[in-house]
Amino acid sequence: MTTLETFTPEAMTDSKAAPISERGPARTEVVVGFGFWLFLLSDIVIFATFFAAYAVLSGNTAGGPSGAQLFDRWRVLIETACLLASSFTCGLFSMAIQRRSFAGAFLGAVVTFLLGGAFIALEVSEFARMIETGAGPTRSAFLSAFFALVGAHGLHVTLGLVWLLTMIAQIATLGFRPMVVRRLFCFSLFWHALDIVWIGVFTIVYLGAR
Amino acid sequence: MNELPHARATQDLAPGEEQGGRESLARYLTGLGFAIVLTLASFWAAQTEFVWPPSVPILLAVLAIGQMGVHLVFFLQISSAPDQTNNFLALAFGVFVVALVVFGSMIIMANLNANMMPSPMPMG
Repeated sequence: MTTLETFTPEAMTDSKAAPISERGPARTEVVVGFGFWLFLLSDIVIFATFFAAYAVLSGNTAGGPSGAQLFDRWRVLIETACLLASSFTCGLFSMAIQRRSFAGAFLGAVVTFLLGGAFIALEVSEFARMIETGAGPTRSAFLSAFFALVGAHGLHVTLGLVWLLTMIAQIATLGFRPMVVRRLFCFSLFWHALDIVWIGVFTIVYLGAR
Repeated sequence: MNELPHARATQDLAPGEEQGGRESLARYLTGLGFAIVLTLASFWAAQTEFVWPPSVPILLAVLAIGQMGVHLVFFLQISSAPDQTNNFLALAFGVFVVALVVFGSMIIMANLNANMMPSPMPMG
């Protein structure tokens, strides 16, 4: 009886009952969350290589247009506002998931999706206008680095939107199963991390251009 | 029962794991407020005549790093608490690699540019 009791979850969490090496595996949420956190950090290292390339090449315009001539700061401010607001609504979305509220979760997901979609629409129209005026990625090393960095971020946001649609479908069909809640949790980490990368993009690429 | 908070603190938390209803709404709102102020300050600093121009890039860097910190603390809920040691160490390693890649590339390329032979006239 006493040996059985020492293996109940309550006894396992008691720090005096077991040293850290004997406390058993962590909760699934912690394992999944930490693994996804490591993925996000490695993704940020990939972004760092694009940032390094941009920082090195941003002056090499090869006689083409420079950043100061191409970028529209008002558009960037609106893009930033969209992404920041969507990061906030993503926080409300995960709070609704914690409460297991279907209405709140759907509302949060839809608003997050619309704000993210508005961001992508603004960015695609900016790219289209630049390519139209002859400032495409083939024009100069600066523009190659620009399209690689900002395009990589835009691609991540687009994949995030696809993921969000998938998660809305999974909430609708599977409900708040532990598996679905863990995926939603990873999605919110991903979305917040993309917003952090965007801070670097708008500071270095758009505001740094002079 | 008395030992519960202490026992809980020795368990790991996943990054961004929620603690409770009202508290996290206040946290997200605080983060949003800080983020808006820092973003507007960045855009203002980039075009103002008010600040000594050579110091503007440093001001922008400080504002950006501050805003990244706000996002990490208030949105991703990363802290240096004992239940987050793994998350924090992984983050520190990530920041270290990012800094090595970015600043290493910049220093090496600036050094190579400075040591370039004066370029010859183009043939033709």
